[in-house]
Amino acid sequence: MPFLDYAPAPESTAILHLRESYGLFIDGEFVDGHGASFQTISPATEVKIAEISAANAQDVDVAVAAARRAYDRTWSRLSGADRGKYLFRIARLVQERARELAVAESLDNGKPIKESRDVDVPLVAAWFFYYAGWADKLDYAGLGPNPRALGVAAQVIPWNFPLLMLAWKIAPALAAGNTVVIKPAETTPLTALIFAEILQQADLPAGVVNIITGAGDTGSLLVNHPGVNKVAFTGSTAVGRAIAKSTAGTGKKLTLELGGKAANIVFDDAPIDQAIEGIVNGIFFNQGHVCCAGSRLLVQENVQDEVVDRLKARLSTLRLGDPLDKNTDIGAINSREQLDRIRELSDVGEQEGAERWTADCVIPKDGFWFAPTIFTNVSTSHRIAREEVFGPVLSVLSFRTPAEAISKANNTPYGLSAGIWSDKGSRILGVADKLRAGVVWANTFNQFDPSSPFGGYKESGYGREGGRHGLAAYLESSGWHSPAAISKGARK
Amino acid sequence: MTVEQSIALAPAERANQLIGGELTEKSLRLHLEGLPGVDAVGLEARASDLGTRSIKTTSKAWALDRIIGLIDLTTLEGADTPGKVRSLVAKAMTPDPSDLSTPRVAAVCVYGDMVLHAVEALGAAGGPGGVQIAAVATAFPSGRAALPVKIADTKHAVAAGADEIDMVIDRGAFLSGRYGVVFDQIVAVKEACRRDDGTYAHLKVILETGELTTYDNVRRASWLAILAGGDFIKTSTGKVAPAATLPVTLLMLQVVNDWHRLTGEKIGVKPAGGIRTSKDAIKYLVTVAETVGEEWLRPSLFRFGASSLLNDVLLQRQKLTTGHYSGPDYVTVD
Repeated sequence: MPFLDYAPAPESTAILHLRESYGLFIDGEFVDGHGASFQTISPATEVKIAEISAANAQDVDVAVAAARRAYDRTWSRLSGADRGKYLFRIARLVQERARELAVAESLDNGKPIKESRDVDVPLVAAWFFYYAGWADKLDYAGLGPNPRALGVAAQVIPWNFPLLMLAWKIAPALAAGNTVVIKPAETTPLTALIFAEILQQADLPAGVVNIITGAGDTGSLLVNHPGVNKVAFTGSTAVGRAIAKSTAGTGKKLTLELGGKAANIVFDDAPIDQAIEGIVNGIFFNQGHVCCAGSRLLVQENVQDEVVDRLKARLSTLRLGDPLDKNTDIGAINSREQLDRIRELSDVGEQEGAERWTADCVIPKDGFWFAPTIFTNVSTSHRIAREEVFGPVLSVLSFRTPAEAISKANNTPYGLSAGIWSDKGSRILGVADKLRAGVVWANTFNQFDPSSPFGGYKESGYGREGGRHGLAAYLESSGWHSPAAISKGARK
Repeated sequence: MTVEQSIALAPAERANQLIGGELTEKSLRLHLEGLPGVDAVGLEARASDLGTRSIKTTSKAWALDRIIGLIDLTTLEGADTPGKVRSLVAKAMTPDPSDLSTPRVAAVCVYGDMVLHAVEALGAAGGPGGVQIAAVATAFPSGRAALPVKIADTKHAVAAGADEIDMVIDRGAFLSGRYGVVFDQIVAVKEACRRDDGTYAHLKVILETGELTTYDNVRRASWLAILAGGDFIKTSTGKVAPAATLPVTLLMLQVVNDWHRLTGEKIGVKPAGGIRTSKDAIKYLVTVAETVGEEWLRPSLFRFGASSLLNDVLLQRQKLTTGHYSGPDYVTVD
């Protein structure tokens, strides 16, 4: 057996203590839902993991009421320092149970264990630690003295980073003094339910965080519930648009983090070996299920062939397979539905005349898989250059001058992120300044940190998550000059 | 400057092919300074990512045996004696007396004046296909000597029976931008590796990356050494900290890979100094296999310059065969 066929090194699932079925987590307890329950499966094997309750309108009412009660009676009366203590406690418990959470995430989502272990779960803990520190310092959030919490936040999160998106939503909401009803995606509820156990362990007051499971209709009931003050959504632009419509005029504060079609711009003076790694990380990290994925590679024409050749060679070394194997680079596609969409758009790419190249790798019999794929000869009018594929599919386009790179990069309805690769600092700054994208990475890609705000332009959404800016989504100013506001605002 | 830059350099086949017949200081400089830059953060991130591969069971057993077969077992002390060299050679031939299935190391690496003793001690175990003798030369480790002295140093080691020469480059000349000086010296030493029968001792060029400081310099020096005719590029003498690191080795492997893509020719890489544990050495094997390919994992293309590494590998190997850990008294001290 060749050395490169590394012997299997699977992470054991023995660390998990899963239940046969999970209820809704409302008011600090697991309760049965009244909707039709569903199964969550492992996308790598299609084997059932657990039975999951679905929340209907009645359950949503109960959850929102519990959050309101907790807000009125407990959470809004706690000092910021005390809220911070709970957040610190949650962060430490996440670290203590890191391996368990990583295994559950890879099992339920299909992402490689090395990513859930080295990226997702450490960032989850980092997010709680970071916002724990903010809880008693809200006067310095840039909203004036004594900014006020909003009340009950309704949060709906996607399946690509199930636990990390939960942390992005819950940590700032609680730090700012809000209570939460959150709905994880229907294909990836598992880690949110384990997180509910962590909240019990942390002795978080009942009702401060309520976790309800279900499909899109549950999410719709939640965001449209008259009892919520704030809606935060991460997911597709289509759903985001519907939420923006239905919440308009209700007085609910709204933040949306939606799709993207990020340009990753490679200039001819780029550090070539690192640029290749960055391109791979940009689009093949998490099977391309990343809203800020660098799905459009814009490469300067004089180095295009070399970049594509090197990229193909590098992609041929990626290991696709069992998400729980520690050597897996590319895991499973999260659902059959998503796999179908990736296939459909890839077929359209071929029909439109782009040239398709797929890494040669063995596809497992069961489960949902898509081998890393590159399209060359892509022009800006092709659908694969415009629509978000949300899969391991890269479109390669070329440019000749920096001005052309900028205009092609900005020629998209989205504007979440972008990457620039060049050895020349002045060029990086000059180009970054002209890109209409919320995040611009230079000589790197897909770097996240709780202290850095994240969010989009145009159809990629509005509002920022992370950093001081992320607090603004969960607070309102009490006004700079009102003495009443100063005495009545959220307690520090 | 312009006059100096137009001075013709020693003819070296590879450089002539790549840069053109009229090789000068200027054309060499243009080539080296035109190489793509290295992003330090990205390079180190990639190296650390390769370091997270999990090598278990059968893969680990294979890796441990292969590591032993790639070691240049080294003694480079002022206090070296013929006795110390004999003892080193004995260990090279029989690394683990308690398990004779343990492979031999690739080579022993000694100072030039110790080559004779190594030849004697190796006897029939040396020669082609056997344990090789590598000699450090060219005023190792500093390289601060006149070129005729370096040539004489090299010729002496080759005449004494060295199969391989580990030379150091003139880091002072390199850092002051006199690439031509470094180039000419490598070409001259390569010529000094020539034996009477027309064959050459294998030439490993030590870049001493710890003194070159930047990754851009390491990339340039690697190209320089290859263009001038080096068979191997080697990180360090082991006398300067930091010695071999995974990012530096990865970078040198990337250069070797580029050279292979360009010419089809395979250049060897030798990280030396600072690799002490099996765990670290396995990271290097992974890096080689995933950068240039598994075919590089053979003594003609990859070596570890190390001394204490061998015992750690032997302990791990004993653990794998017997199922329990032994201890430092179950491997020999040298």
